[in-house]
Amino acid sequence: MPITVKLFASLRKGRFDEDTRVYASGITGRSIVRDIGIPEKEIRLVFVNGRHASLEDLLADGDTLALFPPIGGG
Amino acid sequence: MDKILRIDMGAAGGPKAKAVPIGEYAGLGGRALTSAVISKEVPPECHPLSADNKLVIAPGLLSGTAAAMSGRLSVGCKSPLTGGIKEANSGGQPAQVLARLGFAAIILEGASKANDLYRIFINKDGVTITPDNSLKMMLNYDLVEKMKAEYGDKIACISIGPAGEMKLAASSVACTDMELRPTRHAGRGGVGAVMGSKGVKVIVLDDTGMPMRQPKDPDKFKKANKEFTDGLKKHSVTGQGLPAYGTNVLTNILNEAGGYPTYNFKEGRFAGASKISGETEAALETERGGLATHGCHRGCVIRCSGTYHDKDGHYLTKQPEYETVWAHGGHCGIDDMDKIAMMDFLEDNIGLDTIETGVTIGVAMEAGLLKFGDADAAVKLVKEIGQGTPLGRIIGSGAAVTGKIFGVERVPVVKGQAMPAYDPRAVEGMGVTYATTTMGADHTAGYAVATNILKVGGFVDPLKPEGQVELSRNLQIATAFIDSTGMCLFIAFAILDQPETFQAYLDLLNSCLGLSFTADNVAEYGKKVLSMERDFNKRAGFTSQQDRLPGYFKTQPIAPHNVTFKVKDEDLDKVYNW
Repeated sequence: MPITVKLFASLRKGRFDEDTRVYASGITGRSIVRDIGIPEKEIRLVFVNGRHASLEDLLADGDTLALFPPIGGG
Repeated sequence: MDKILRIDMGAAGGPKAKAVPIGEYAGLGGRALTSAVISKEVPPECHPLSADNKLVIAPGLLSGTAAAMSGRLSVGCKSPLTGGIKEANSGGQPAQVLARLGFAAIILEGASKANDLYRIFINKDGVTITPDNSLKMMLNYDLVEKMKAEYGDKIACISIGPAGEMKLAASSVACTDMELRPTRHAGRGGVGAVMGSKGVKVIVLDDTGMPMRQPKDPDKFKKANKEFTDGLKKHSVTGQGLPAYGTNVLTNILNEAGGYPTYNFKEGRFAGASKISGETEAALETERGGLATHGCHRGCVIRCSGTYHDKDGHYLTKQPEYETVWAHGGHCGIDDMDKIAMMDFLEDNIGLDTIETGVTIGVAMEAGLLKFGDADAAVKLVKEIGQGTPLGRIIGSGAAVTGKIFGVERVPVVKGQAMPAYDPRAVEGMGVTYATTTMGADHTAGYAVATNILKVGGFVDPLKPEGQVELSRNLQIATAFIDSTGMCLFIAFAILDQPETFQAYLDLLNSCLGLSFTADNVAEYGKKVLSMERDFNKRAGFTSQQDRLPGYFKTQPIAPHNVTFKVKDEDLDKVYNW
């Protein structure tokens, strides 16, 4: 199933901004993070379809997984 | 910092300055001091542009010392925009310099009877007030260059541009940065108009020959400052995220979260967001020879700012902040970073609040005055404000006035002040702050985004009403305290997460001032400030009806989450129950 993965800020370095990748059903965010090769400690914020989520959550066909390092502003 | 400089602009025979002991205001700094003076000395029913109003300019409790991050200046008055109490806050150099000159505050009182415009020069030898009508309608950058030519480059300036002289409700008070550019602004609430109504164009400060303020306990202070600085450097937001990408790193995350107000708060995501994101902005700055990491004042260790160059590699403006980029960007459907940066420059130069101005342009777009996405028309409109055309003056009066004149229902304001860059339907904690803060819609008054979106200080689901009142209340109390110490609010990211950095902050204050702040009496101090402000607003005629968002936020859902603002009115009325 296709999953759109979006990376932001420092997580983009040496990787990509956005990529739609095909994974087997039943995959979690954590498995995708491992597949891309991002050390989990670099990730602070996980969104699935624009809602806060956990890397343990199962993803569904066509989901968007967005990953951010710790950031702030205002 | 044991005296206050009172300048009576309406004194017989011309303006008179008098340094008086701080007296009953001892122990107050920054926002606590500006709000205390306004609350006690300004008749709440007065016209904001009348002689009865006062403009209070106060560095924080720690400003002028070696404490890192202590360069914030508070500017207070009765607001011409909201009709309530106002403290607008700015970075830049003036807070440190004013504190070293020994002043806890400058208070501009009365009003000039003649139509003269004045410059005020303050150095170790005293205060000189000079009428100078050659400065009339001068832009901020030109004004600062002129002051530099006359007084040298060791100065810091607090000034107004043409917008303040025209007494427009969106006008700002500009503060110079380390490069002596007028890029930092006490933006909100029309404080520039009040300075204009006093007939003061510029206050030039020179602390040559004045020592840095010394702490009561130098050893403890030095140790606390090191721990505090180490804590800021260690925290991933203040140590890495903010320096690398600046405040505009928020564009992508608010857009992803569906809380990025787009096309005048019609949608929660903007298709052009990535073109104006902090990642793009930082890359552009580096590529063109600007700076992606830069402090706004000496002693800043976070350095969230930067320098933005044009296509040819020439300085255009300081790094436009997230709120500015949003107000002229997604809010107006504009995805051209150079045009946005141009508007940032123009507004600094004319002396305008970039949030109020950008939001107003979006409201004008909704009215059909110009098209969403038309960056050139937006730039033209900003220039009109500086020229003082009738249309320019309308836009420069803010979103509420413009919405009324052009017959727009969806005007995103609270207490007449434009909402910043977070949709309250998708970031509900922010909605509570917008509705209930004494300031009118203001994100900095209780930055619930930290906990709703960024997971700093815990997590409260942004899409649900539960927990938002408590979150906003606690943040509003903490913010009122931080704003009083002269510290940049961004220290909150580190002190909310790291108890030892919070303790170092208290140790800094205690060792510097000989006080004994604890977590408990910090909250009491914050509550005291909020209570004074709220009492002023009540006496100015505000009721719980002013503590509400415009009705459409409750009835018109916003995509992509299709949510409305669900915090109940009776719960909003509990924010100040403590």
